[in-house]
Amino acid sequence: MSVAEAGIARRTVERASNGQKVKDLLFRAALLLSLGVAFITLGVLLVDVAVDGGSSLSWDFITNFPSRISPERSGVQSALVGTLLLMVTTAVFIVPVGVASALYLEEYADNNRWWNRLIEVNIQNLAAVPSVVYGLLGLAFIVRAPLSLGTVVLAGALTLGLLVLPVVIVVAREAIRAVPSSIREGSLALGATHWQTIWKQTLPGALPGIATGVILALSRAIGETAPLLVIGAALFTRFNPNDITSDQFTALPLTILRFVTDSDSEFKALGAAAILVLLAILVVMNAGAVYLRNRYEQKW
Amino acid sequence: MQENVTQDPEEREREASAATGKEPGPATGDGGVQTQALVAKGHKGTGERKPIFGLENVGVAYGGVPAVRDVDFPIYQNQITALIGPSGCGKSTLIRCLNRMNDLIPAAKVTGKVNYHGQDLYGSDIDPVQVRKRIGMVFQKPNPFPKSIYDNIAFGPRVLGQNGDMDEIVESALRRGALWDEVKDRLKTNAFGMSGGQQQRLCIARALATDPDVILMDEPCSALDPISTGRIEDLMLELRENYSIVIVTHNMQQAARVSNMTAFFTVELDEDEKHRTGRVVEYDDTEKVFTNPADERTEAYVTGKVG
Repeated sequence: MSVAEAGIARRTVERASNGQKVKDLLFRAALLLSLGVAFITLGVLLVDVAVDGGSSLSWDFITNFPSRISPERSGVQSALVGTLLLMVTTAVFIVPVGVASALYLEEYADNNRWWNRLIEVNIQNLAAVPSVVYGLLGLAFIVRAPLSLGTVVLAGALTLGLLVLPVVIVVAREAIRAVPSSIREGSLALGATHWQTIWKQTLPGALPGIATGVILALSRAIGETAPLLVIGAALFTRFNPNDITSDQFTALPLTILRFVTDSDSEFKALGAAAILVLLAILVVMNAGAVYLRNRYEQKW
Repeated sequence: MQENVTQDPEEREREASAATGKEPGPATGDGGVQTQALVAKGHKGTGERKPIFGLENVGVAYGGVPAVRDVDFPIYQNQITALIGPSGCGKSTLIRCLNRMNDLIPAAKVTGKVNYHGQDLYGSDIDPVQVRKRIGMVFQKPNPFPKSIYDNIAFGPRVLGQNGDMDEIVESALRRGALWDEVKDRLKTNAFGMSGGQQQRLCIARALATDPDVILMDEPCSALDPISTGRIEDLMLELRENYSIVIVTHNMQQAARVSNMTAFFTVELDEDEKHRTGRVVEYDDTEKVFTNPADERTEAYVTGKVG
């Protein structure tokens, strides 16, 4: 290319980028606007809740049991304990089942078989099913026959577990897929069996991603109200569930529902305070997920 | 595909390093004449050769499309056998038959017989895991595990349930991998902190730790600089005393420098001109393949006239 030709080329490039600049600016402005709408809505919501509930929030609010009569002596202890027990039980259920399903789909399933493709499509569909449907499923199969557990913590946890299982499976599959095949090959080439390779290379490599996914799934489960309502959990109990077979239990979202639907405005304010408690738990869980990801994520 | 040896920048670099003295490398273009002496050194002679693999009419097809076929030659014990040829000629596919790594690709189908010490590796009673215990493999890109140097080496012996002093096993493997002196003070550090060449020698040492019989190397130096490449080649020549090595390489000087036997593959279009299939053109002593090849396609390839 001669010098003259290069000059022409340079001018052309400059002119084109001028027009591009305006487009680029407009596009960025549109993106910022969308982000702004989301942030402002969230901000307004948070401020509103904080203003309404901030004054009711105290240590007593967390340690007291709810009351029907006096809002000033009412608290959320039973809901908090119920929620924590539900989450732990849900985690115990979804981690092995979710990871095992993801391992099957990633490591064993032959995608050429129609049933494996069917399973895959269905997992994606299940993630989009409304939570109330899971509540009905829980009521029909877990609370009543064939499992006939009754309305107990375990039934609630299993129902919530089914609800978030698709999320866990999808995230765990991604984490497993992120372990490079060269690591698997290296392990197999040393004479390790498929199972040894999964257990000692693939799973440890995928663990941070799986843990992050489980926490995010639990953060979805913790705010679910409809499934628990449908299976018949209490809106309100005056004592903590003893263990996972307790048939009197409630959870934070249910107590929030109970408070905010009360005609008394003081109870409504308690609802806002309970929302703050739930949000605090969510922030802690998500921070945990971020920490796990940054601290342990494997760079390949 | 043109693979002109003298124009490959990596090659030029390699020759430059060779010119500085340490590494006796071949001169530009003609790899044959210079390598003669090298090949002759340590060559065991035709009479002593014992076959370790017998390939009988081996072919591999992916989903019915043949990638390589009609491979029919023996691979000898305590020798370095190089598989060379243009891209897509099936050399990597073939080397993966020798330890049944092709099993990992569901669509791959192996035909013919791969005999190892007279036993058909694809026999119905053969467990591929047992095959891979005897036949180790080193890959194109160094693939250390995200563990410490020590645990990388110990992984193989541990999964195979080998008892004994693990420290000793690790040290011995690292010594055989020519890595011990460089890493003995940081065995507990993560292997990802090593240089690419060290990582590849770690992978070789890792393969040696389980005491295999054969080591397969699939372009082990293609991701490495010339100095690391030279180290690994020296290592291969040492290892030949105790192991049999099969190496796939795109680097013809490398094949000429280290191997005793060379198989040259080419790509052929099949009858309806739809599929490209690899076939063996020539298999002989490396010396002969590079200085006096029987087939003119081999000659054109090794002299850099055609890729």
